[in-house]
Amino acid sequence: MAKTFDFTVNGKPITVTLDNEETPLLDVLRNELGLMGTRFGCGLEQCGCCMALIDGQPEKCCAKPVWSAAGKSITTVEGLGTPALPHPLQQAFLDEQAGQCGYCLSGILISAKALLAKNPSPTRAEIALALDGNICRCGSHNRILRAVEKAAAVMRGIHP
Amino acid sequence: MNALPGPLNDNPRLDLWVSFAETGKVVVNTGRVELGQGVLTAMAQIASDELDVDMASVMVRSGVTDNMPNEGYTAGSQSIQMGGQAMAQACADVRALFLEQAAKAIGCNANELTVRGGKFLRNGALSGQDYWTLNGAVDLAVNATGRGQRKAIGERAHIGRNDARTDLPGKLFGEPVFIHDMRLAGMKHARVVRQPNKDATIGAIDEAAIRRAAKGDIAFVRSGDFLAIVGDDEPAVERAGAAAVNHVTWTNVEMPTPLQQEANWLVQRPVIDCLLGSPEPSDAQGRERFEATYSRGYLAHASISPSCGLAEYRDGHLTVWTHCQGVFPLRGALARMLKLDAKAITVHHVQGSGCYGHNGADDATADAAVIAMQMPGTPIRIRWRREEEFVHEPKSPAMLVKVRALLDADGKPSDWTAEIWSGNHNGRPGGGNALLAGYALPDQEPFPQANDVPEAAGGGATRNADPLYDIADKRIIHHMVTETPVRVSALRGLGAMPNVFALECAIDELAGRAGVDPVAYRLSITSDPRARAVIEKVAVMSNWQANASGGAGRGRGIAFSRYKNRAAYAAIIVDLEVDEEIRLHRIWCATDGGLIVNPDGAINQLEGGVIQSASWVLKEQVRLDGGTASFDWETYPVLKFSEVPMIDIVLINPTNSDVPLGVGEATAGPTAAAIGNAVSHALGIRLRDLPLTRERIMAALLQE
Ligand code: FES
Ligand code: FES
Repeated sequence: MAKTFDFTVNGKPITVTLDNEETPLLDVLRNELGLMGTRFGCGLEQCGCCMALIDGQPEKCCAKPVWSAAGKSITTVEGLGTPALPHPLQQAFLDEQAGQCGYCLSGILISAKALLAKNPSPTRAEIALALDGNICRCGSHNRILRAVEKAAAVMRGIHP
Repeated sequence: MNALPGPLNDNPRLDLWVSFAETGKVVVNTGRVELGQGVLTAMAQIASDELDVDMASVMVRSGVTDNMPNEGYTAGSQSIQMGGQAMAQACADVRALFLEQAAKAIGCNANELTVRGGKFLRNGALSGQDYWTLNGAVDLAVNATGRGQRKAIGERAHIGRNDARTDLPGKLFGEPVFIHDMRLAGMKHARVVRQPNKDATIGAIDEAAIRRAAKGDIAFVRSGDFLAIVGDDEPAVERAGAAAVNHVTWTNVEMPTPLQQEANWLVQRPVIDCLLGSPEPSDAQGRERFEATYSRGYLAHASISPSCGLAEYRDGHLTVWTHCQGVFPLRGALARMLKLDAKAITVHHVQGSGCYGHNGADDATADAAVIAMQMPGTPIRIRWRREEEFVHEPKSPAMLVKVRALLDADGKPSDWTAEIWSGNHNGRPGGGNALLAGYALPDQEPFPQANDVPEAAGGGATRNADPLYDIADKRIIHHMVTETPVRVSALRGLGAMPNVFALECAIDELAGRAGVDPVAYRLSITSDPRARAVIEKVAVMSNWQANASGGAGRGRGIAFSRYKNRAAYAAIIVDLEVDEEIRLHRIWCATDGGLIVNPDGAINQLEGGVIQSASWVLKEQVRLDGGTASFDWETYPVLKFSEVPMIDIVLINPTNSDVPLGVGEATAGPTAAAIGNAVSHALGIRLRDLPLTRERIMAALLQE
């Protein structure tokens, strides 16, 4: 009964074969593809830990069946940048030391990336609102907001 | 010669702390673990300064029960105050031993030598000797003496500097840094079918229904009332775990009611009483009397990720991986539960999400261990379900605090009583308590009555109940409630948050009675100069206007405490607006944490404490209704990004001291009280029960 699903993950074409087409996309990323950057927080679409970009939209992957992502292009936190070539958001988070335990950060980076794609110069209140679907329990909020503002400024400078 | 810091005294062998086995590298071992607070970075900063080595050459090993100082728990804001001081002295002692040996090898006087980047210089010139050339000649299997000279203010290159966190890059590039990301060869996933409460026993199990729900291969593992589901496919195991809640029946199930979720339910329960201080005077001797009752409900740690643990039992040895706060205490508790020799168990710490105290981490590890013992050779990974974490993690106890004061002619307190009802804040396995699985397993020894955290360690329910103000006679009457409707244990600050809320709200009420501005009133009863300094500083930061009238829904409040009356000082001012709900506008904080190893890291912790406390105050209470009715982020909401105020934090003299004072929990109490005081300032009525929810505010406004 195994079924095959094709999609693009971080720019690479991927095919997975699964017995159950209801398997959440998050499990496919983590357990089938070994991409651990997208985290599990609740499995209930409530916390934002599991966010990835699906065709450019920030989506929670923990309850999204794999079939619904078939044929789509997925970007996870691993696809944003690397230590050698960090995305401006990642660099800004490092500069601001934005995070404590860091468990929430993957989802927050994804939300922020989607926001900046839509709105390159958001106000702090707009950033906060865009991140309301992401819970941070450690209280790193203000550093995170500063980092997103900073990344936005850098990105505006790069792509004027 | 200095007296050895506690953890070094307990683990004096220097080779437990420092080794130079690999050329160019220094390995330092800390018994403290990374919980997202940046402690490993701070330890590297300390080691690098005290040994005079490059920070890049320092590797910090942490949290394993082999060749590691046993420092108990990473808790109580003591990692730098105790563990950092121990690390510093161990490194200074090691440096002194190597200096002696270098002098011998070079044929000079030790005082001609300095160390730079791990190399020994004689009168500023390279001597050809370094830690690694001398390593064979220096025996570190000796006890610390405290003889090594610590770096003085001005000689420190890293301590006091904002070195970047070493753990953060991995978290920003999506690396598998968390325990949740560990995968072992041949590993199986597991979920526990949780015993609803400790005396519940399994009735019937509808295995077929659970297998149908799994839609994949699963197996059952059972021991007494401990039941688990194991399989190769995590989604199948997860589905089975979720479905099993409805397909397993239990007897002796407790059904807590909403009444039991409130702190006032604790009064009239069986208690163990304790009086700290002189008996309360029966005669006020003409002094005016003040009395008020404050309370707070049960809180969840609500870690962003449910707990996770891995275990493997192979060739008579159990190895577990955990994100708990104390690997040695967990090893002891596992040995007791599994009837193994502690030597047959190795516990490794791997990072999890922030825990803020005793969450489900130890219990999830124990679950994995129980299953692994039944399946020798197969590594087992448990990840609790979200609901399981909310319902079964130990909660911070509800507390009811009655403050009674006798006032002198100026309206200042001359006699102070804090009478406290609370469950125990020390449900940790190291305190002799059960791991959750232990309640379900057969043939477990009975557990002794749990004791709260001793006063010598800062107290649990009594923490910060003793005001730091100049009050002639003070006492605490502590009623430890022995049976609570939910399992209780340690959360950030223990009793400090409810106690400081009560005490600092009471002080504001007394200031109001005396007709004195709250800042001026506090200063009039404070002689500790460091306490005065933080209060004065925060007033300046926020441009505090004495006797400013509140009302019209806008208010401002102040609160102060010194955590445990012996760690960091913190004063907080809050600006907010209230109509039906509270909107926080801005929070200012002045902290004196003594020597700060990493100021930015300390500010990050203080700010985290402010935000978490604001969340507790505005939103959080565990609801009970036939069970724990707070089981996800909708039934237990926390503060969102758009609800977090601007926060300004200033550290007073962060590098101009030798003595660090723990900061991680310093802001939780004063933030709560400053919000309470600001709400009262805004509304002209006093709310004394936390959380300050919309319902409570509306009810109070209607009563007016
Ligand atoms: S894990 Fe998907 S939203 Fe929480
Ligand atoms: S940094 Fe820990 S949850 Fe955000």
